[in-house]
Amino acid sequence: MGLLSDPNRRRALISLLTRLNAPICVVCYMAGVAWFMGLAFEPFTLRTYMSENAMGSTMVEERFPAGERALATGREFAAHKKKAGGMPVDWLVKTMQSHGLEVFTQRFSRTLPFPDENKERYMVKGTNVYGILRAPRASRTEALVLSAPCTPGDNNNQAVGLLLGLAQYFRSQVFWAKDIIFLVNEHDLIGMQAWLEGYHHTNTTGMDWSPLQGRGGSIQAALSLELSSDVITSLDLVLEGLNGQLPNLDLVNLFYAFCQKIGVLCTTQGKLQRNDWDSVSGYSHAVQTMMLMVMKQASGRSWGDHGLFLRYHIEAATIKGINSFRQYKTDITTIGRLMEGMYRKLNNLLERLHQSYFFYLMPSLSHFVSIGYYMPAFGLLAVILLLRALDLWVQLTAPPPRTEDGVVDPEQMSSPGVLSVLTPLVISHLTGVALYTLPIRFQEMAVEHFPVSETEAVVLTAIAVYTAGLALPHNTNRLLSGGGTEQGWKVLKLVAVLYLAVLLGCTALINFSLGFILAITLVPVAAFVTPHVPKFLSAFVMIVLSPACTLLFSVFFFQELQEMPISFLDGWMLYLSVISQGILDHCLYGSLVYPLIALLVYPCWLIFWNILFWK
Amino acid sequence: MAAHGCNYSALLLIICSVSVFIVADSQDTTLSGGHHAAAVEDNPQAATEAAGKTSEQPAVEERSWEATEVEEATLHEAAGDKQDTPAPETEAPSPVPQPKDDFQEELVIRPLHSGDIYASFQFRTLWETDFMSGNKVSHYRLFPKSLGQVISKFSVRELHISFTQGYWRTMQWGQPFQPAPPGAELWVWFQDSVTDVDGTWKELTNVLSGIFCASLNFIDSTNTVQPSASFKPLGIGNVTDHRFLRYATLPREIVCTENLTPWKKLLPCGSKAGLTVLLKSEKLFHSSFHSQAVHIRPVCQDWQCKTTSWELRQTLNVVFDLHTSGQGKREWSLFKMFSRTLTEACPLASSSKIYIDITDDPQGELFELSPATPLLSQAMVLGDRRTFSVYDLMQPVTFGTVRSLNPLIRWKSSEGDMLRPLLHAERYVAGYGLQTGEIHTLMYNNHPYRSFPVLLLDTVPWYLRLYIHTLTVTSKGKDNKPSYIHYQPSKDRLRPHLLEMLVQLPPNSVTEVTVQFERALLKWTEYTPDPNHGFYVGSSVISSLVPSIVAMDTNITMDRPLFSSFFPCKEESSFFVRVYTEPLLVNLPTPDFSMPYNVICLTCTVVAVGYGSLYNLLTRSFQIEEPSPGLAKRLANIIRRMRGVPPL
Repeated sequence: MGLLSDPNRRRALISLLTRLNAPICVVCYMAGVAWFMGLAFEPFTLRTYMSENAMGSTMVEERFPAGERALATGREFAAHKKKAGGMPVDWLVKTMQSHGLEVFTQRFSRTLPFPDENKERYMVKGTNVYGILRAPRASRTEALVLSAPCTPGDNNNQAVGLLLGLAQYFRSQVFWAKDIIFLVNEHDLIGMQAWLEGYHHTNTTGMDWSPLQGRGGSIQAALSLELSSDVITSLDLVLEGLNGQLPNLDLVNLFYAFCQKIGVLCTTQGKLQRNDWDSVSGYSHAVQTMMLMVMKQASGRSWGDHGLFLRYHIEAATIKGINSFRQYKTDITTIGRLMEGMYRKLNNLLERLHQSYFFYLMPSLSHFVSIGYYMPAFGLLAVILLLRALDLWVQLTAPPPRTEDGVVDPEQMSSPGVLSVLTPLVISHLTGVALYTLPIRFQEMAVEHFPVSETEAVVLTAIAVYTAGLALPHNTNRLLSGGGTEQGWKVLKLVAVLYLAVLLGCTALINFSLGFILAITLVPVAAFVTPHVPKFLSAFVMIVLSPACTLLFSVFFFQELQEMPISFLDGWMLYLSVISQGILDHCLYGSLVYPLIALLVYPCWLIFWNILFWK
Repeated sequence: MAAHGCNYSALLLIICSVSVFIVADSQDTTLSGGHHAAAVEDNPQAATEAAGKTSEQPAVEERSWEATEVEEATLHEAAGDKQDTPAPETEAPSPVPQPKDDFQEELVIRPLHSGDIYASFQFRTLWETDFMSGNKVSHYRLFPKSLGQVISKFSVRELHISFTQGYWRTMQWGQPFQPAPPGAELWVWFQDSVTDVDGTWKELTNVLSGIFCASLNFIDSTNTVQPSASFKPLGIGNVTDHRFLRYATLPREIVCTENLTPWKKLLPCGSKAGLTVLLKSEKLFHSSFHSQAVHIRPVCQDWQCKTTSWELRQTLNVVFDLHTSGQGKREWSLFKMFSRTLTEACPLASSSKIYIDITDDPQGELFELSPATPLLSQAMVLGDRRTFSVYDLMQPVTFGTVRSLNPLIRWKSSEGDMLRPLLHAERYVAGYGLQTGEIHTLMYNNHPYRSFPVLLLDTVPWYLRLYIHTLTVTSKGKDNKPSYIHYQPSKDRLRPHLLEMLVQLPPNSVTEVTVQFERALLKWTEYTPDPNHGFYVGSSVISSLVPSIVAMDTNITMDRPLFSSFFPCKEESSFFVRVYTEPLLVNLPTPDFSMPYNVICLTCTVVAVGYGSLYNLLTRSFQIEEPSPGLAKRLANIIRRMRGVPPL
């Protein structure tokens, strides 16, 4: 800092930074991307290890014997489900009661803002059934949750069967210190949301639910189980929750440790771990795994029923059984033993899971990248914005060049009015507000006037507003006095660059993946755009790097990563459905990605668009 | 409204003390065939002896006997309403000369609705002495000396202490005989001669902590309250000034064998003979619920109540789980429960009995009890008329030829729904995040047509800052205005919040009490060693007179003479119940204690280096300064200024 307080050296440093601004920015950008890609390289990452003492050293034995019976229960459940045409509430209540649980039900209903075409639902009505296994000599202060969704069709019957089997087995054990809640939720996430809101008596999304009768105190951890076949080849662990929240890494470690102990193949993002990290294919495998996690986290949606628990500070994950063509199969008894082991260890917890990391990325199940390692990648991108801001600031404060006759050009001298900066800001944010509110507000009108379904109406309105925003604001500054000057756009750009830096910084702290993906695309735009660059080429580049196109590319990239490439037309359809899902996630579960993009990121991008067309 | 509230609480107090005696009293065996006068019933000792003599004659339950007794109790209750005098039907030794102290033991076994089995031990020691009159008591016989000394040293009038592991599941088990909250609970009435109540209380808790090997020394001013209406003396005495009452709970206290052993040592027979041989910790702590308690109170010696004696009641309640050890069969025996059988009564006891509740089985179809016993007893327990089979351990016949008693119960399943107890309550924390929250207390009145008032006592630690203006009480969607509210705000690090309310519960309704709170940020030394576990908030206490099940019974005329049943009998119309809600576990905002050193270092560095210099840079303006002129130049400049010439 002594460097900066010396005016001479300060001046030298500043002149260096302004002179070399562009090269430094380019270098930073490359370094940021390189750093990020390096995160997946195994020698640079840490091995996972159990931090929580209560789960680490203690031994538990897994003796769950009744896999076959669980499968039979699952088949019985399937039959009753078919007969009832939905959740077989009475049968579940009776079965759980006969297993010695305290059984309660919760009814809920929700009318979606517009029909969900992926899951074909609009007016949702359902019932959650849950049974509480009361721990002996415990005072109802702590609980664990095991949930299995009741999905329509033939899916997930085995999960419910195993859940009931585990309930029966757990009931006959004496070592429980926490109540265990066995929950079968209908309509997957909507049911889970209703149950969690009922349990915590909050209402964040305007759902109707009947109050819960029985509770088990504060929930310490939760697992959600998805199984659709009698035997499986591997278990997949899903971590990404609402708004990119992740469970504590110790929950992952616990799962991994038990898979190792029992000898079950385990994956994350559906990718098996590979040992050949030093080969190119091994490295690219790790990159793929990590990129999948980044994409999923950035989407801000809950990728399993567990995702909604995280808001309530309950560590949760979804365990998915996968049956592929691999030779080696695992039967349901083994999965039951794995679950038993995990619950016994969670039962041993003295405190909430808090010892290990909450912010991490996983290039494989046995390695992780902690926040300290991945943040520099984002930092290198963010520093570009600060450098550009510094450059602009220096240009603005530098004494204006004197004309030959020694008179300062008064036009240059006059600082641009507040209005010339404020107007584009306000207009672009109003466009953002329109993008946020109009699609749902005007769906009925759109359906009346155009031959589209309601869902299409919402998505197409959103796209229309988005596109209209491009045409609207960039001509306004002409009308204002003091606008259109060289100073004017510089001040505006300075404000916009700093705004973007703060916005991305905050986003990256909460949801690194989203922040990083936005930074990758928006930072170059913010860095290069001026009114003096070639208009059409720049406009094209800006549109390609705009948030909407980023989303489009992400859709294709995600499919590519999942090794399910799709044609452009399918991709476009998928893109439309992703937009509708994003809006639905916001309305149903309170995901913040849609409002973030609509109300903050898109307006910010519009300001740069405005600068490009500054006259 | 305040006067109204006062009235209510006074009534509650009296009825509460009386009804406890009713429960206690009415459990005494009734064996004689004739119609007894009420005065005779006051003497259970004599009744038992009489029963011993006439044991050949078939035991007939005498319903009118019970009715008379309880009726009398209520008459006295009505009489005592004004004068606040104790009802004279309390237990008293017989007028015939007898030892100055007296010991009774009993065990009640009750198969529960859920299929679990409930065993409740009661040991009662009565001692005709007066600790308070100044003369030093030094000779102890049956009464434990350690407790006697505590009573006299700390001028205790009444002491109730309970240690409970587990939560009583009202929805499955019905009402317990002795309710207790999870953890430890202690409430004490001091004599009005005590001047420094807080100091005495502090000393007393520390002494009790030593006697019972429990962490009662953690009771301090931050968890002690003085309830104004919820806890009234259960023994005789007319002081109801709550300045002499102290109440504290420790919801975190874990109860185990180290608390059981000192508790057993207080018994005259220790764990050597009588019912106490059953108290083996390996079985008692292999259960769903375990609660042990000690109650000391003064009671009347005779029905004129001229002199008082001290009663020590030790109770132990335990619920055994059918699923974990019975493997689904509904079959229980003493041996299965306690891995012991009985061979003798405690030689020091004047009465030693086992009661087995067979009410649910009037025809003997659902129930099988072996060995069969001819003795039956009926009692009003918690508003319900129950029938018990009685085994009298004082009689050698009971043990049969094998010289040991091992009652075996088999019963058919009554699978199904949960119970709907007339009054029950639950509590939870609503909301998410670590800044605010809301405590919800739900009170269910399941009575189909009667409403009744309840007293709700809430004690909340200071680190949950209650916003009392957000207090709402709603029943059936409508605002329910409490007729009496006593609220004492907390003081940080000194005392907890105390909230007492008298609320009328409408029939067949749920009443919800909500209050919002803010979570305080503690000082870093105030966190417990496991801060991420959360902090406990003790159970709220709900005390009420509940209309009884018997009064609800519509075919009351079935087994009664018509002339006796036109007006609903008042004595059976309500009973006293105390319900404890579950304790709460609340997470407070917790700093990351895992790397304090790193955190401190990093924070200090960032603050010192980063912030300091940045602030410096932002606030200062920098200019190149000319090197300061020499002394001669400065002098010259002064002179030039005086001359009015521009300086050099």
